[in-house]
Amino acid sequence: MREVAIIGVSMTKFGRFPDRDFSDLAAQAGLEALKDAGAQMKDIEALFSGNLAATSGSGQRILKQMGQTGIPVVNVANACATGSTALREAFFAIASGAYDMVMAVGSEQMGKAGLLGAGRGDAATSPEGRVGSFLMPAVFGMVGMEHSRAYGTQQEHFALASVKNHYHGVNNPLAQYQKESPLDEVMNSRVIAYPNTLLMCCPTGDGAAAAVVCSMEKARQFTTKPIKIAASVLTSDPWSDRALTLPDINTLTRNAAKIAYDQAGVGPEDLSQVELHDCFATAELVHYENLGLCGDGEAGKHIASGAPWIGNKIPTKYEEDVAPLVDKTYKPKTTAVVNASGGLLSKGHPMGATGVANVAEIVWHLRGQAGARQVENAKVGLAHVIGLCSACTIHILQK
Amino acid sequence: MAEKAAAAPEIRPLVPHLTLGETRDQDYLNGSRCKSCNALYVGPRSFCGKCSSQGPFEKVRLSDEGEIHVWSIIHQAPPNVPAPYIAAIVDLTGGGSVNTNILGIEPKPENLKFGMKVKMATGKVSEDRDGNSYIAYHFKPV
Repeated sequence: MREVAIIGVSMTKFGRFPDRDFSDLAAQAGLEALKDAGAQMKDIEALFSGNLAATSGSGQRILKQMGQTGIPVVNVANACATGSTALREAFFAIASGAYDMVMAVGSEQMGKAGLLGAGRGDAATSPEGRVGSFLMPAVFGMVGMEHSRAYGTQQEHFALASVKNHYHGVNNPLAQYQKESPLDEVMNSRVIAYPNTLLMCCPTGDGAAAAVVCSMEKARQFTTKPIKIAASVLTSDPWSDRALTLPDINTLTRNAAKIAYDQAGVGPEDLSQVELHDCFATAELVHYENLGLCGDGEAGKHIASGAPWIGNKIPTKYEEDVAPLVDKTYKPKTTAVVNASGGLLSKGHPMGATGVANVAEIVWHLRGQAGARQVENAKVGLAHVIGLCSACTIHILQK
Repeated sequence: MAEKAAAAPEIRPLVPHLTLGETRDQDYLNGSRCKSCNALYVGPRSFCGKCSSQGPFEKVRLSDEGEIHVWSIIHQAPPNVPAPYIAAIVDLTGGGSVNTNILGIEPKPENLKFGMKVKMATGKVSEDRDGNSYIAYHFKPV
């Protein structure tokens, strides 16, 4: 397999754009990624388009805006891991030697979708709310409660993920929200599904992101600073009797992480930063352990230690709030900043776009282009996405 | 259509893993055990995701008792679903686990404990336009 590089990335602002079609957002992201790469539509030999709501033909509709060059288009759907799965297809298209330069684009026009999966079918025959809940807020509430059951994690520990990611998001002009939310505000916002409050749930929205992917050899014709895709991994959930009732988001992430670290030849201690799938605040903490950023049962201590915050410490203004949650005997074994972009909690989660946007964020940091949220000395970054039920992607990028 | 409209309203289980008896105290949860690998599924099953067999499956009666594995209190629910309510996963005595509502206690975190013993009961939860009734199960603390 050949070495694969990313030479151009872009994302639109995430938010609500009711007047724009998904294909407008995607074409904007695609053309800006080309500009970033110094390439043109004629250089792109295939397009991999991730989109959930547009069903079939999303990529062809994007090309009608971006340039109908007649190239092959593959449309990808893989729940919340849709965009990152499109990127992985682009990776293999290059790694295999089939093409020298391709594009992955992820897009979504969700509008105010409300509770995902809700409101289908005849109300009289719907099991939702009558024999438990099958919606994402309930699933991720219970994911958090499983961690509480095993390790005594408190609601406040989970809430810190929201405080941190909203703190980071203030410096991301492309994020849906640029507003800080101190601990008491997160704790006092209305409960959606315990232990997650409103500010611990990511918003729905619209947006797109794109990446120009090429062989390392080709990359050197366009830039002196290509970003290497050191690992591109996809897993699904292995059988377990528990997962028949509660989706297991842990095992497939652990499996993906192990393969990705082996592929890239790095470990969690080598990572400068991680963009992980914080669709709910509870998810962020369990993934610290799944990705090996801390030991099992240490996620609450890890976030309270300051390690995953930009600057690797709790901001002075929040020190007093966090103090009761700090375990002074805990020594973090990794210093990866987590969700410097603001995460899904601030940035938003237009489902098809998310997996490409996470990778774009890592690229900007590795190039030193992340502005006020720049992670210092960024060298290796990991982007993680999970979609139910269930797909997990991990990409590791290196300078 | 006229024939269908004339049919007597039925009493139906809301979910396929609930088997209805003559009376509500005879209702029970059903499961399927893979005869190849012994994997236990809640409800009917034709294929085994664990061992890839196409059956046969042994139909089994699951316990009406168990304990709460995890719970959440749902405040934001779709229209027509009264909230807040307690959603939980209950591990049944002897195997199998189910999603369920927990009734009989106020939906507040301090009222819930991991491992809390619970027992199943059933009751009518809805009726469709043709007058058919739907029966669902729930669990209450013992």
